[in-house]
Amino acid sequence: MISTRALSKDFVVSRSHTVHAVRGIDLDVEPGELVAVLGPNGAGKTTTMRMLTTLIAPTAGTAQVAGFDVTAQPAEVRRRIGYVGQGNAAGHSQLAGDELTSQGVIYGLDRRAAKRRTDELLDGLDLTSLARRKVSELSGGQRRRLDVTMGLVHVPTLLFLDEPSTGLDPQNRANLWEHILRMRAAYDMTVVLTTHYLDEADSMAERVVVVDHGEVIADDTPEALKSRLAGDRLVVHGTDSRRLAELAQRLPGAREVRYADTRVEARVDDGPSALPELIRAGVDAGVPITSAQVHRPTLDDVFLALTGRSLRENESTDSTAGKEAA
Amino acid sequence: MTSLLDSPTRSTPPTTIQRRSLLRDTLIVAARELRPVRRDPFSVMFGMVQPLVFLALFGPLLVGALGDSDVLGGSVWQWFVPAILVQVALFGTSTVGANLLFELQTGAHERMLVTPLSRPSLLVGRSLKEMVPLALQAVVILAVMTPFSFDLHLTGALAGLALLAVFGVGLGSLSYALALAVRKQDWMFWVVQQTLIFPLMLLSGLLLPLESGPGWMQVVAKFNPLTYLVDAERSLFAGDIVSTTVLWGVLAGLITAALGLVVGIRGMSRSAD
Ligand SMILES: Nc1ncnc2c1ncn2[C@@H]1O[C@H](COP(=O)(O)OP(=O)(O)O)[C@@H](O)[C@H]1O
Ligand SMILES: [Mg+2]
Repeated sequence: MISTRALSKDFVVSRSHTVHAVRGIDLDVEPGELVAVLGPNGAGKTTTMRMLTTLIAPTAGTAQVAGFDVTAQPAEVRRRIGYVGQGNAAGHSQLAGDELTSQGVIYGLDRRAAKRRTDELLDGLDLTSLARRKVSELSGGQRRRLDVTMGLVHVPTLLFLDEPSTGLDPQNRANLWEHILRMRAAYDMTVVLTTHYLDEADSMAERVVVVDHGEVIADDTPEALKSRLAGDRLVVHGTDSRRLAELAQRLPGAREVRYADTRVEARVDDGPSALPELIRAGVDAGVPITSAQVHRPTLDDVFLALTGRSLRENESTDSTAGKEAA
Repeated sequence: MTSLLDSPTRSTPPTTIQRRSLLRDTLIVAARELRPVRRDPFSVMFGMVQPLVFLALFGPLLVGALGDSDVLGGSVWQWFVPAILVQVALFGTSTVGANLLFELQTGAHERMLVTPLSRPSLLVGRSLKEMVPLALQAVVILAVMTPFSFDLHLTGALAGLALLAVFGVGLGSLSYALALAVRKQDWMFWVVQQTLIFPLMLLSGLLLPLESGPGWMQVVAKFNPLTYLVDAERSLFAGDIVSTTVLWGVLAGLITAALGLVVGIRGMSRSAD
């Protein structure tokens, strides 16, 4: 469905300054996949998506989308895809329902069919009451849901969503996702999305492509990424944390073992089986564990492991972690 | 909660796919642009009255200043009515880009660029949208002016409006391209539009005859496509349809339209950078 080779984009900002927004991305997406592109602000997610949707021409490299080259046959690509950009797709001076209908007509439906679809979609997303409202009068969340709905009107075989759920409350996010997933299942849509909600990428996507500084730095299922790159995190408490840290160091795949006060933290391959082992070792060594937790890794842990930086901008890295254990 | 896929129409992806054509695309774009206008009848009414006010205030001055001389040909109104329509078209289509500026910022334009709508239809549709109020205004103006010393030649008038539409596509597309070019400093749009439109207008003999001006203005006017358009419109509204004046006007209209489309389409392919 998508195949890119060394896809790159430079923005010449001024004579002396060029931004290398995307640097040689190779990406293959099979029909039916749901791929989440994850990365910090400025990683090049939007730029990549805009190249794939024919909005901007690549500086170098090639991209085949829905069977056609984005540079050579952009019109063919446009016919086969849907795109929900980062901004507001619906014109602010238009009525919400009118925009949906005209989007349907644009993609080739006759007026009646487009109107019917408009009603179905509005109904499905609990937006019926907004049909006759002006887009500029909708709340940010309502507008965002309208944008995504517009991307679904013509049931594209390949749908691009650039941060579709930004600004939505959890309930509307869930509602929106339910719809996207159902439509995908019913019509075999291929979906490529970017998001900065880590939990969303984790729970929705079957495949996560992590980008940073315009490059793909990891590409796998969320599960594989987490166990391969991050591993489970054990957090235990006990009076002799130094001694416990030494014991933890001997667990299979143990790394990033840290201790401070009564707390010990360690990364291990298989948390649920490592924990009982550590508890037993603690009892045997006379340093009992008083409380214990296993944390499954998040995609943020994956990103941290890959780059040494956290994706959550306003969150400092674990402040309770103390010195590295010897 | 009901859901799309639970409804009886489930799994019926849109099947009634219409054939793509430039005409269909253009009509879609124009209809979308007209929708907000239609919901705002007050502004439409206001737009209807405006040229009449101008006609009523400027016309008598013309009569007073030039009515006795013969630079205007026969009747002052015969000379001035087509000019008013050209002026309306000029202002309407040269501000096509202004309506676009906001959509460039919100993302609505980006969405249009990703749809299968053909590039020319985006330009032509937005430009022709301005022809709808123009046609209404023409009806009002002609209805009001015909009792005064203005001879209505229906075929010529219709041909005149058609020619205005061709020229309008060109100017509208150029305005569209201007909006794309200045999208990061949108105040520039009005600076450029105002700076160009008034010299262009005055140097075409639209509002005041150039014959009474200095020689250099008449020379410059020869290089202004608008001059040929204005002359052709006067000729058409006078019922003089088959003439070299009209031919030159048609040529000027076609060249402007072609130039506008080329510049506009080039602008679009760079607009997301
Ligand atoms: N039109 C543009 N002109 C100049 N620089 C741009 C443009 N668009 C994006 N960039 C730059 O390219 C980089 C990648 O941006 P973007 O693709 O929007 O990132 P993301 O969507 O991952 O946040 C950023 O450094 C951004 O400032
Ligand atoms: Mg982005």
